[in-house]
Amino acid sequence: MDYINILKDLSTYPGVSGQEDKLSGYIAKLFEKYCDSVEIDEFYNVIGIKKGIGGSGGRRIMVTAHLDEIGLMVKSIDEKGFITVSNIGGVDSKVLLAQEVVIHGKKEIYGIIGAKPPHLLTPEEIKKAVKMEDLVIDTGLSAEEVRKYVSVGDIVTFKVEPLVLQNNRFSSKSLDNRAGVVALLDIMENLTLLNHKDDVWFVATVQEEVGLRGANIAAYNINPDLAIVIDVCHGQIPGTPKESVFPVGKGPAVAVGPNLHRKYTKKMIELAKEENIPYQIDVEPGDTGTEAWAVQVSREGIPTLLVSIPLKYMHTVIETLSIDDIKNTGRLIARFISMTGNEMEEGLC
Amino acid sequence: MLIKELTELNGVSGNEDEVRKFIKEEAQKYADSITEDSMGNLICYKKGGSSKYRVMLSAHMDEVGFMVTGYDDGLIKFASIGGIDERILPGKRVLVGEKRIPGVIGSKPIHLQEKAERGNNIKLKNMYIDIGAEKKEEAEKLAPLGEYIAFYSMYTEFGDGCIKAKALDDRVGCAILLEILKERYGFDLYVCFTVQEEIGLRGAGVAAFRVNPDIAIVVEGTTCSDVPGAREHEYSTVMGNGAALTIMDRTSYSNKKLVDFMYKTAKDKNIPVQYKQTATGGNDAGKIQLTREGVVVASVSVPCRYIHSPVSVMNRRDYESCLNLVKAVLEEFDNNESLIESFKLHNVK
Repeated sequence: MDYINILKDLSTYPGVSGQEDKLSGYIAKLFEKYCDSVEIDEFYNVIGIKKGIGGSGGRRIMVTAHLDEIGLMVKSIDEKGFITVSNIGGVDSKVLLAQEVVIHGKKEIYGIIGAKPPHLLTPEEIKKAVKMEDLVIDTGLSAEEVRKYVSVGDIVTFKVEPLVLQNNRFSSKSLDNRAGVVALLDIMENLTLLNHKDDVWFVATVQEEVGLRGANIAAYNINPDLAIVIDVCHGQIPGTPKESVFPVGKGPAVAVGPNLHRKYTKKMIELAKEENIPYQIDVEPGDTGTEAWAVQVSREGIPTLLVSIPLKYMHTVIETLSIDDIKNTGRLIARFISMTGNEMEEGLC
Repeated sequence: MLIKELTELNGVSGNEDEVRKFIKEEAQKYADSITEDSMGNLICYKKGGSSKYRVMLSAHMDEVGFMVTGYDDGLIKFASIGGIDERILPGKRVLVGEKRIPGVIGSKPIHLQEKAERGNNIKLKNMYIDIGAEKKEEAEKLAPLGEYIAFYSMYTEFGDGCIKAKALDDRVGCAILLEILKERYGFDLYVCFTVQEEIGLRGAGVAAFRVNPDIAIVVEGTTCSDVPGAREHEYSTVMGNGAALTIMDRTSYSNKKLVDFMYKTAKDKNIPVQYKQTATGGNDAGKIQLTREGVVVASVSVPCRYIHSPVSVMNRRDYESCLNLVKAVLEEFDNNESLIESFKLHNVK
């Protein structure tokens, strides 16, 4: 798989929570290469089914990764054409100054996020973080022109150029969780070479960033026997508690805790050891803040696992990860799926 | 117009090599001789006729940026070179050194910030540049102590005649001067491309000492704060309103008669012109004015929004106004040399 180009394409493709339709269409095309059938549900979840060789009584494994990204929404247009915004999902206003954006209006409009210039700030204001309501988008157009193309409620995405860094590191926006979507593709590719008894339902889900909505719907509709959620976790950086961050490049983080099915999780960790796949343990004493939290309690309950790709600078436009961690996530989960067909019942006890 | 080429080169104060090389190659096509002094200023001479007057034009080649100061494992600690608003730094892209090694300015993501941290700006000491290096030794090899770092930002045209780029301050002045260098006048013309403006107007004084001009005009990119949050009387300049003439700023006091003459010339020739309304900022005119026994100076600038950021913005029409005004003023000098003398004399009607 050409990881760099797939990551570039997927991370820069706009798909803010609630307006994922075009991105879903794009991802469905990618799924078609590997899946027996692909459909897009009413909420734009992309569901790709890869049939197993059978012999497991038609059991289903669901693997999810959310496809939506955080972004902004147009709130107002002033008399000079400057645009104010609201956030969709957890956006840090502090990282928005001097940021390039695209407004998805009647046509795509390029803009820059500005604010009151530094030399006009009072000493008090200089210390305080800039507030979302004080940020404006400058499109270089007159108010009249702006109003022709832009309406209140239009989606705004960040415009960035992805960078390939040293040691197979990759930096772009929206790697939370397009990295997970790439991992789904990687599992599919791995499974073309591995036998698996169970049918695998790959779901690229919508609206995770605004409340785990897509996964909720998908889990109910698919009603799988086992679910594996792929998301990102915080990469290790200075000044953060070591126990809640994970070094980038040291393998995917397998979560342990009440949100996750104990026996399956144990099996996955054993498998990683046996296969010499690098992994880390993500200790989650409560809410994992991921789709696993929603999926586990769907219908009569679904055994759920969580595998996370370490990501530095989450929810900024320079999210940074190791491509090796994506590959190892793909390898680990594909191996696990091919193994579970035989051992599923044992695990369920 | 060479703004794309000029702004995509890196020339942080003290390391203007790339910019100087490019300008020298261009200038060689038109200049009679080029002197490169010990600091790196380029002095391009265009011989006049029998006139005894020397006119100096000046634009600085350097831009704000950063320098490597240390390491935190594989991450790079850095200091600013020139005046940079720290608030804009988290989440920006940079290029390190001559090999242009890509990196990102990282800081703590919003999820991991304490409550007090969320409301305050991130300090430079809590940021670092991530090039993907894992260990100090690796970072040190790729980015040794003292290595120069520039913003990474591509030239982009947008809106109604707007241009976004890094380093518009003062590559826009360099671009204008390279145009003027094509002309020939009766007086001797010294077109100077100076170094180290951003760290205290270091190059221009030295260049002016060598040239010993009768009159000097500095061509700049200047602040433009015509954005929400600023009141109208706080607008230093207005984008699109034409060439901006400085009356006074923190470093210089333009020759009143020269500024009046330039303003009148603009009006007579229907060239859009405005006064810079604030006395903030400063440029090379300050050092040139105080060179030897004193020099008659004025500054004319292209308004640049979000100056000293990777996304500074100018309007193409202001560039034209600035270029046309400098040309018109030089033509007037050419037609009537006694003008040059008149600016030097006091109490003469």
